[in-house]
Amino acid sequence: MTRITIGPFNRVEGDLEVRLDVEGGRVARAEVTAPLYRGFEQILEGRPPLDALALAPRICGICSVSQSVAAAAALRHAMAIDAAPNGLLATNIAHAAENAADHLTHFYIFFMPDFAREAYAAHPWHEATRERFAATRGSAARDALPARARLLETMGIIAGKWPHSLAFQPGGTTRAIDLGERVRLFSIAAAFRSFLERIVFADTLDNVLAISTAEELDRWRDGRGGDFAHFLRLADALSLSELGKGPGLLMSYGAYHGADGELFPRGLFGPRAMIEPLPLARITEDVSHAWMRDSSADPAHSTTVPDPDKASAYSWCKAPRLSGQPIEVGAIARQTVAGQPLINDLVGAGGTNVRTRVIARLVELARVALAMEQWTRALKLSEPFCNPSQAMPDGAYVGLVEAARGSLGHWMAVRDGKIERYQIIAPTTWNFSPRDSFDIGGPLEQALVGTDVGDAGPRAVAIQHIVRSFDPCMVCTAH
Amino acid sequence: MSRSDGMTNVLWLQGASCGGCTMSILESGASGWFDELRQFGINLLWHPSVSEETGEEAVEVLQSVLDGEVPLDLLLLEGSVARGPNDSGRFNMLAGTGRSVYRWMLDLAPRADYVVAVGSCAAYGGVPAAGINPTDAVGLQFEGAESGGALGAGFRSRLGLPVINVAGCAPHPGWMMETILALTAKDLSATDLDGYGRPKFIANHLAHHGCSRNEFYEFKASAETMSERGCLMEHLGCKATQAVGDCNQRSWNGGGSCTKGGYACIACTSPGFEGAQNFLETAKLAGIPVGLPTDMPKAWFVALAALSKSATPRRVRLNATADHVVVPPGRPTGKRTP
Repeated sequence: MTRITIGPFNRVEGDLEVRLDVEGGRVARAEVTAPLYRGFEQILEGRPPLDALALAPRICGICSVSQSVAAAAALRHAMAIDAAPNGLLATNIAHAAENAADHLTHFYIFFMPDFAREAYAAHPWHEATRERFAATRGSAARDALPARARLLETMGIIAGKWPHSLAFQPGGTTRAIDLGERVRLFSIAAAFRSFLERIVFADTLDNVLAISTAEELDRWRDGRGGDFAHFLRLADALSLSELGKGPGLLMSYGAYHGADGELFPRGLFGPRAMIEPLPLARITEDVSHAWMRDSSADPAHSTTVPDPDKASAYSWCKAPRLSGQPIEVGAIARQTVAGQPLINDLVGAGGTNVRTRVIARLVELARVALAMEQWTRALKLSEPFCNPSQAMPDGAYVGLVEAARGSLGHWMAVRDGKIERYQIIAPTTWNFSPRDSFDIGGPLEQALVGTDVGDAGPRAVAIQHIVRSFDPCMVCTAH
Repeated sequence: MSRSDGMTNVLWLQGASCGGCTMSILESGASGWFDELRQFGINLLWHPSVSEETGEEAVEVLQSVLDGEVPLDLLLLEGSVARGPNDSGRFNMLAGTGRSVYRWMLDLAPRADYVVAVGSCAAYGGVPAAGINPTDAVGLQFEGAESGGALGAGFRSRLGLPVINVAGCAPHPGWMMETILALTAKDLSATDLDGYGRPKFIANHLAHHGCSRNEFYEFKASAETMSERGCLMEHLGCKATQAVGDCNQRSWNGGGSCTKGGYACIACTSPGFEGAQNFLETAKLAGIPVGLPTDMPKAWFVALAALSKSATPRRVRLNATADHVVVPPGRPTGKRTP
């Protein structure tokens, strides 16, 4: 048995260390470390609750709107108010722009460049893949980065700027949109759709979303241009559907709230491979392997105090569990729980894996692009965008949203007008959790076990694909 | 000192960071940031979010700089330097190296022609230094407004400059790129920096300059709750008359800015901005905002404010507390156009 350490693990948001015990060329055991702790929960304690709107988004530069929206949701719960319907719509549009930008950044900047590596030089597809996707040099970034920047102009209209905006308030958003701005939002959405249809899919979004089975996807891919089909061919050539299988349970808090519920509903893809109600009260955090002092397992009652010399620990990340089980979150969980036909077919047949995680993200891109146009149309320009805030009585409150990478929760206790406790469980806290007190590893730790690293050791590209297929956000993980 | 190949070597590291500065700079360049870097002969030695090299390969890049095998023109750090616990830097290890980012920066900084702090965290400590500062987070050469920080007040990079602080949370992509390109052209010297190490081309302006709420400010016609169109200074916490930055002379994400977005400037370019509380509420003493423009006698400001309030046109007064224009600019009263 040999132990290998991989780090700095880049092209993820933040930094990451992975340690693998390798036996006979295969991973026998994996440990995942979040190497950064900043202490946002400690920083927030004792402050006026509304300060969370300024500080919580700064947990994360890539999903700052998600952090804002979670904080605003917790505060809205505390104030017992409703957001103005326009405010919800504008929040959805901006949040969708962020989530879509994140999916693009992941696919083009973080994930695909690994296929351009010299390790694949002998493969017949390598030259074209290197030309298109090589890190910082490939032609794809010249298409994707300007498209991303254009999409983020949504923020200039709704949120002032990105990242880190104070536009997302408990009562809605801070800027009423006028007719000219609505037209500009349409124009941005149209440019985004055009980018997806020309460059990513080489087909219309409607056609992409009509694909409902694995066989239809294979037929659709054959002979097709575009970067999605390019990925699908690589995925088959490298059997990526056999790589990085997740532990099985998937959840979504529900994404994009509106007057009629959520665009992507809340739920749990449970042990019987069925969609079930999500038992939110059964969310716990375990610190047996985190450099953290013991506290309540219930995020509504726990605190965060570092214990840097704790012998059994190997990560700043706590281990969240639902009914004692590790849970995978992200676009694949959201789309499975939402009953998206293609993703349900793929997950039903092969569970979660490197290939399906990436497909789910791109399918979600298509869905979100269409929804952005609908929300923009639904804005009622003469009506308010923000309802006034109200006082917050003492109590325990929660804000649950879906970030690009999965389920994000803020648990906030208010006492005498101050934050008494603040607990955050971020998507990658779930996905890259360390072991719990029953020695059960987190989803990535389980997904790495069994991976063939051959003689490549720490340079095995398979490990890179598996880790990045989760699109980890390590700055959120331990926060 | 130009390289034989004419290229400028740039190394970007992240400390106790949210990654937001990188997310911002990825918006730069009409054909993308990577193309823009190439156009100016910049060789990105390694960047945690975008480079191919990972694990051992990345450590080899860093080691080659440390060993002096690869010359380093610009060293950029995004994020605070977490010195804790007990000056060990263990709250922020560079994965795979067994060494903290704090340690890496102490060793790499003397190798660089220029050292740039990207964002207010790397400059002054920023948000991780808020409250009890759980990780002993500081900036590269400042601890809040105090000179010092991780590298010490006396630090000078190889070309004799202190750390260049591109403050902001997150900075405008232009602030970062223009600083990088000015340094690439050896066109930025110590006299181009203000007392907090910020490039003067940014810091010689106030965030207030060019604010679209200017007319409301002139008349002290103030918004009272979020989403109203009036000036944000009197009630809603806006510090734009005290905070440096050409924020409202540029467009953020195609046309925005904080005040255009409907919320206060929280002075994110200022050392210690994170220490404030009630960011969206104006601190007042006897009904008068505490944070008035710094270079104007307070009595004059109060007198002028009272005068301009009494002279406020109805249009401005009513629009200030509405979320959309309720009284448009009109024709002169009492006259009808033919």
